[in-house]
Amino acid sequence: MGVFTTISTWIIPCFLLIVLLTATYQRLPTYELFVEGGKEGVQMAFSLLPFLVGMIVSITILRSSGAIDAFIGLISPVLAFFGFPADILPLALIRPISGTASLGMTSEMIMTHGPDSFLGRLASTMQGSTDTTLYVLTIYFGSVQIKRMKYALKVGLLTDIIGIITSIIVVTLIFG
Amino acid sequence: MVNIIWASMAIIGIIYAMFNGTMGEVNEAIIESAQSAVTLSLGLISVLVFWIGIMKIAEKANILKAIANLSKPMIRRLFPDIPKDDPVIGYIMSNVTANVFGLGNAATPMGLKAMKRMKELSKSATASRSMITFMALNTSGLTLIPTTVIAIRMQYGSVSPTEIVGTTIITTVISTMSAILLDRLFFHIDRMKNNRSK
Repeated sequence: MGVFTTISTWIIPCFLLIVLLTATYQRLPTYELFVEGGKEGVQMAFSLLPFLVGMIVSITILRSSGAIDAFIGLISPVLAFFGFPADILPLALIRPISGTASLGMTSEMIMTHGPDSFLGRLASTMQGSTDTTLYVLTIYFGSVQIKRMKYALKVGLLTDIIGIITSIIVVTLIFG
Repeated sequence: MVNIIWASMAIIGIIYAMFNGTMGEVNEAIIESAQSAVTLSLGLISVLVFWIGIMKIAEKANILKAIANLSKPMIRRLFPDIPKDDPVIGYIMSNVTANVFGLGNAATPMGLKAMKRMKELSKSATASRSMITFMALNTSGLTLIPTTVIAIRMQYGSVSPTEIVGTTIITTVISTMSAILLDRLFFHIDRMKNNRSK
């Protein structure tokens, strides 16, 4: 457990160190490059804004009406049997379908349950570790007019199920 | 699909609130959550500016290229159908590396280029073996540094926003390996089926 926390803490500063050392050694204008890239970051954050507002409002309506809790209460006896935390199910279901919806849901879960709670960590891991299968397949195959995607969807969705189950096991083992 | 999900979450919530007597909470939630979503998006600026700024330096210092080259032998094995020195190998490597560092915006254009070239190689409207393997890699995530998630955790006052990097890496590695295995498995099942029908 200590090892994972150490890796998590060290990986970003060490990467930063390597990048700066290498770039300085090559006499690159590091600061100017940083600023140039940073501008793209500002744009990205602003372009995310309407997506997040839309999704978070819609999810919050659903949660504050009590519908999510009622749904979770209904299915939790079944899921508890398999050791699956019921609160994560809405996110698990939406993750392969829509990236912005699941990002909104992850934010809302972190906001509601707290970032350092079990559910907050689980939502973070789940959101970070898999990609939106349907979106990726639509964009990529659509861009080159592929009509038959054969077993690609099967592979993508099965991988999502494995990823979701893995994230529950890993987060439970490491953060308990 | 997104449109239906988005609208139905709100519709179900409002109708449920009518019968559940929670319309007051819903009404309040609409205004407050819009506010907190804006605060969240603005809070993301710090991490995104910093990370993308650093990645710009890494790109110019050819660090991403060096990392991509390390993966070359593996990429070759994963895509046996692609001619040995085809440019598509380069596109795939750039796409994978960008994904690993959580640069989704940089990954997509490279990925689309790779698809275009693979289509030129296959000349067919049916997905080729390499395309499906490539999609298996992309849909499984590949992300080792989940930048946006870290930023969201920071925004909501996490004691250790990056503590989920470790669990994310383990999960990504397992799901990516499963994606590759499943891709291989279904390829062979598919081929067996075709042989039988011939």
